[in-house]
Amino acid sequence: MQGNASGHRGALGHLRICDLSGQLAGAGATRFLAAFGAQVIRIEDPVTLGLWDIVRQMPPLIDGDRTHDGGSGFLNHNVEKLGITLNLRTERGKELLRDLVRVSDAVTENFAAGVMERLGFGYEDLKALKPDIVYVSNCGFGHTGPYSRFKSWGPIAQAVSGMTFQSGLPDREPAGWGYSYMDHTGAYMMGIALLSALYHRARTGEGQWVDLSCTEAGASLNGPAILDATVNGRPLRRPGMPNSNRSASPAMAPHGVYPAAEDDAWLVLACRHDDDWARLAPVLGIDEPAWSSASGRLADQDRLDASLAAWTQSRPRDAAVAAVRSAGVPVAPVLRPSERSEEPSNLAWGLWPTAVHARHGARRVDGVPVHLSATDWRIERAGPMLGQDNERVLCGLLGVSADELEELRATGVI
Amino acid sequence: MGPLAGTRVVEIAHERVAWAGKLLAELGADVVVVEPPGGSVQRTYGPFVDDVPDPERSLWWWHYHTSKQGVVLDRTTAEGRAGLDRLVATADVVLEGEVPGTFAVTGHERLVHCSVTPFGSHDPRSAEPSVDLTILAAGPVWMCGYDDHSLPPVRGGGNQGFHTASHFAVMGVLTALLAREVTGAGQHVDVSAFAAANVTTEVGTYGWLIAGMEVFRQTGRHAGASLSMPTQLRCADGRYVNSGLVPRSGKDFSLMLQWLDSTGFGEEFPLRFLMELGTEKGIIKGADFLEDPMLQEIVASARELQAFLAGRLTAYEFFRTAQQHGVTAGVIYSPEEVLEDPHFVARGWPVPVEHEELGRTVTYPGQPYRFTATPWELRSRAPRIGEHQHLVGEA
Repeated sequence: MQGNASGHRGALGHLRICDLSGQLAGAGATRFLAAFGAQVIRIEDPVTLGLWDIVRQMPPLIDGDRTHDGGSGFLNHNVEKLGITLNLRTERGKELLRDLVRVSDAVTENFAAGVMERLGFGYEDLKALKPDIVYVSNCGFGHTGPYSRFKSWGPIAQAVSGMTFQSGLPDREPAGWGYSYMDHTGAYMMGIALLSALYHRARTGEGQWVDLSCTEAGASLNGPAILDATVNGRPLRRPGMPNSNRSASPAMAPHGVYPAAEDDAWLVLACRHDDDWARLAPVLGIDEPAWSSASGRLADQDRLDASLAAWTQSRPRDAAVAAVRSAGVPVAPVLRPSERSEEPSNLAWGLWPTAVHARHGARRVDGVPVHLSATDWRIERAGPMLGQDNERVLCGLLGVSADELEELRATGVI
Repeated sequence: MGPLAGTRVVEIAHERVAWAGKLLAELGADVVVVEPPGGSVQRTYGPFVDDVPDPERSLWWWHYHTSKQGVVLDRTTAEGRAGLDRLVATADVVLEGEVPGTFAVTGHERLVHCSVTPFGSHDPRSAEPSVDLTILAAGPVWMCGYDDHSLPPVRGGGNQGFHTASHFAVMGVLTALLAREVTGAGQHVDVSAFAAANVTTEVGTYGWLIAGMEVFRQTGRHAGASLSMPTQLRCADGRYVNSGLVPRSGKDFSLMLQWLDSTGFGEEFPLRFLMELGTEKGIIKGADFLEDPMLQEIVASARELQAFLAGRLTAYEFFRTAQQHGVTAGVIYSPEEVLEDPHFVARGWPVPVEHEELGRTVTYPGQPYRFTATPWELRSRAPRIGEHQHLVGEA
């Protein structure tokens, strides 16, 4: 039994992941592998209806379905994964998980630190079951250190890592991120950790544990600001900062988000260098000698931005974008969700594949922003209903008989 | 030695792939960054050491090119192109961000060629100029900002559009390397930075695609279809915390009361009786909440408690004492403040790097993940221009 939920084998069809992760910080990592053909088997708890993974039932709900199979996030984050239930409070449930670990290449999870050990599936336990297992854990603060018991989700990791602070306008509270950037990005880092550990194992036969702290992962994304503090003694916490619609590194002016004529419509533009400005200024009808050099523009950004805003505000967004684009200057409209779902480049990329959900039918979901020329991804099946693949996995892979499957159901093991 | 030890990566210097190259290098890959004569344009990106602009003093360059080796090749000359060919012949991976069609490899069947362009290698718009901001305008920008919509939406800082594209580039390269272990063949890994930003906005995409929900920006919290309660609080020291969510069960109320009592302000909180009523609740469901005005008051008292303690504690104390009692909250640090945080220090996250050329040791950001068998390692400072020219070899 190989391949993802649709039977596609692609680049990673030779790999099987025993996946106890969920929500987005974990599910977002194994999603990438499943799209490329890895067999990702998600294990959920039948007693709590899998609701440790809060997105199972979190709005926006699909057609108002208020059950544990109604969350749109779960449908999206778990495409091409197989879903089984195991009650790990029972000895038979643990035995089945041990059987699954023995035939898996990797185990993934994003519980709070310590949960896997308490379940009897810490790294040493996993290694005893399969000596070359790759084990990747992802939690808010990592498995060691004074905060290892602290709880977290995306916005908390963003706060503590410095990611929230660096996003905002001057002399206001942080704007932060309007979504869990660090759940996504923690998942990408987890995917990188998992794939590189698997690559090492493929070449050497050696498995290992990777401990990922989402907060540390976030803190690593602010390098130039951190070096400005450690080298120049200039902290980002200082008057007038941050001002993240401007760009200090690299230094650019103008660089910002400007209003268009319509209500709550915006465009972004940036001049990378003097040549960009020399082409843009005539479009704007601005003739200001002091602004011909970057240093002149950087020193006078408030006035510069006001001039630009006066020009953009008197034009429809797309007309303003077209005029700036014709000058060869970086520019883009700020797109709403409804707009980018129909955006031509996204459609040409195949960014919104249709995946079929057992109850809710065909739905467009997030695709993958990477195409491989020889062994590309495919997404056809949506996230599993709770326990949807119990028979397929338990009988087809772990050798459970049809009779025993009934018994497992009757005794609350699955 | 990292998990990618023995893997040779040739990076054609470009801002979109700099982070991808650093991630690979610190996982143990042997990354050679190729610059044009005079050095990459990234060396003109500030801030600079002591604010002295110089190609060897760019902190952008310092950060994004640690653990790599550097060579200079003039690709406008036959000699430079031949040098690049020799280098690529030794490579497992080429990483580049050129305009599509600029860089082609032939006759190297095992090579994994990763291109990171604004819209993908087949989209003519990838030839248009772009910066981090135009990539993030794809979707992230719409969702970030303030309740006050007369203020512009906000770009999350730190060049995260490049980072997200680089994360997908690294996952794509590793996937292609794993496939090569089976097939023996390399392939093209085509990354669209715009697409990467588009699928990195949580409910911004699937809320619309699956459930037809359009979201708008709100101060310091998730964009949503309707206005939600604030989650950011200003503390006694003027700094902010993410206050976490309100209790969702009686147990959560108990934890919050224990937290309150630990601060010594327990008897001063006027709505204590409501919190105590909350401890008697089971799991609080959304439907119950909407129909029960008393329950709404009880939950509101938890918000009052958060605000009450914010007015009396520093942001760090709020965070630490809450978390010590099982209440989720986060101090909003400025990026450099993590370097002094006891947890980051205890885990050895800040990394000292020797800059022998300036006689300084500089503290750098540390590891995103901890490999037990093949450790992550920041091996060296970024290369000076042409520092490892010997790697190009002879014609």
